[in-house]
Amino acid sequence: MPCKVVNNSLVLEGVLDAKTVPVVMDKLGHILKQHTPTTIDMAAVTSIDSAGVAFLDELQVRLAKKGVLIFSGAIPEVQAVIDIFTTIKLPVQVPDRQMGFFEKIGDSLVMAGGNFYDALVLASDIYYWSFVGLFNRKGQRKGAFTQQGVQLGAEALPIVALLSFIIGFILSLQSAVQLRNFGANVFIADLLAVTMVREMGPIMTAIIVAGRSGSAIASEIATMQVTEEIDALKMMALTPVRYVVVPKFLAITIVMPMLVAFSILVGEIGGGLIAIGYLEVSISTFIQRSIDIITFKDLVISLGKSTVFAWTIVIIGSYFGFQVKGGAEGVGKATTSSVVISIFSVIVLDAMFSLLYL
Amino acid sequence: MSMDTKPIISVNGLIAKYGEMTILDGITVDILPGEVTVILGGSGCGKTTLLKNILRLHEPFAGSVKFWDKEVLNMEEHEFGEILKKTGMLFQNGALLNSISIYENVSIPLELHTKLPREIIDRIIRVKLHLVNLSEATYKFPSELSGGMKKRAALARAIAMDPQILFCDEPSAGLDPLTSASLDELILDLKKQLNMTIVIVTHELASIHRIADKIIFLDGGKMLFCGTLEAAKKAGIAAIDTFFKVGQF
Repeated sequence: MPCKVVNNSLVLEGVLDAKTVPVVMDKLGHILKQHTPTTIDMAAVTSIDSAGVAFLDELQVRLAKKGVLIFSGAIPEVQAVIDIFTTIKLPVQVPDRQMGFFEKIGDSLVMAGGNFYDALVLASDIYYWSFVGLFNRKGQRKGAFTQQGVQLGAEALPIVALLSFIIGFILSLQSAVQLRNFGANVFIADLLAVTMVREMGPIMTAIIVAGRSGSAIASEIATMQVTEEIDALKMMALTPVRYVVVPKFLAITIVMPMLVAFSILVGEIGGGLIAIGYLEVSISTFIQRSIDIITFKDLVISLGKSTVFAWTIVIIGSYFGFQVKGGAEGVGKATTSSVVISIFSVIVLDAMFSLLYL
Repeated sequence: MSMDTKPIISVNGLIAKYGEMTILDGITVDILPGEVTVILGGSGCGKTTLLKNILRLHEPFAGSVKFWDKEVLNMEEHEFGEILKKTGMLFQNGALLNSISIYENVSIPLELHTKLPREIIDRIIRVKLHLVNLSEATYKFPSELSGGMKKRAALARAIAMDPQILFCDEPSAGLDPLTSASLDELILDLKKQLNMTIVIVTHELASIHRIADKIIFLDGGKMLFCGTLEAAKKAGIAAIDTFFKVGQF
């Protein structure tokens, strides 16, 4: 694609397309330093595409600042393409104004307040319909409660077992060396039982459930929202919260304490291996001390907070599911937010529950 | 179109299967340069599958697909990539990237496949969005657009590089009659001024009458007819007659 200046006229030749435009622009940069053409001779341009037309428009705008520029002699085929793709008369679109730093902070705070309010409304809806659901199963699918119980509880058993076993094992292993130095081998049972019952059992199970079931709840509801299934439920005169969330809420209320109890038991087994195998504590001593050290208050708080964690996870998962915006990408975002906020909330709540032990 | 014009796409004995189910059964067709070819047929007859098999988005079970006389089914990825740069595809649901704006969606092929400077790319994007009547949505995100607008934005992306071949999967579905007609006008302009070859899957009879040079009629995975619209109507094939009769109002 040669270009040259002949008698104050810039002559373009050959094909003017996405491949040749960068070359022409490069050449033109040098030419325009020495010449100021007043016309552009297009007669020898054999074909052109939208990139070529955009280049001509850009040239026209730039050179027009230096004086009047006239295009001449384009063959009809080329002129027709120019007529389709010219941008000269198009209005320039401006992106929306970006918010300033403080504006963004203020906006986030207002949004967070709104979100919190919406979450509270949803939570009250869930509690209301769950309470109603205890006495009246109308508006819920038959078998949904059992199905959710299996999904949220039974299917989580293997991963809860594996992680709890490892946690118990690590706890014992880390403590064993120190206890042995002081000849306090037998206290491994107390340490492990208190840690597993008060903290590790409930919190580890809650984190697993948040990651596993909380994300599933958020993505399921978000997908239903995006694919208008939630609207379809409304149009069938069904309450989406009652139909979709309540079975999960009731199921998790039942299965979460069970999962926590299971987690504590498996954690004790994991830790017991070290106590018995490495610290040479007898099985009966280990079991007896573990039982003795745990109070009724410990069990009530442990299982009680696990239920609160479970509710938090379902409410947060459902909230992000219902609030989804956009398509598939929105579902992904809702799921991620749900897991992050669930885990954060569980840890904050756990800190608050710790005050009960003071 | 002269008889000695070489086909731009040649499909030969194409068989496509999903598991054991045969979706396309020995499709053989030539698509000539500068033609608007419309693929017709009832739901589930394999129209979209044919398009996706031609473009290697699905792996055909057997057969041959040639672009510019080059077999593409066994072609290296990078070599086929060069062919894809000369084609554009409008997907049924738009298939816009949701995490970026419409402007950025249209700019992707231009930024990644050309050495054009920013200001030229900017003009190309503006004109392409103007052509699909979507200038106002330039900086919006796909999630902010209606289904029809998404489709138009996707068309702007498909024609961003002025492809030599444009594939459209149901471009008019979800569009109002006016927008649909203006889209047809645009397709005819692209064909006429840029000699673009266009392959369209559509059900819209009005659209077919406006733009089709050639129709391919599929039924149960087999090609029942390939030729002009007028010839199709005179061919005396029951499935085609029913299709046109039921679609009239």
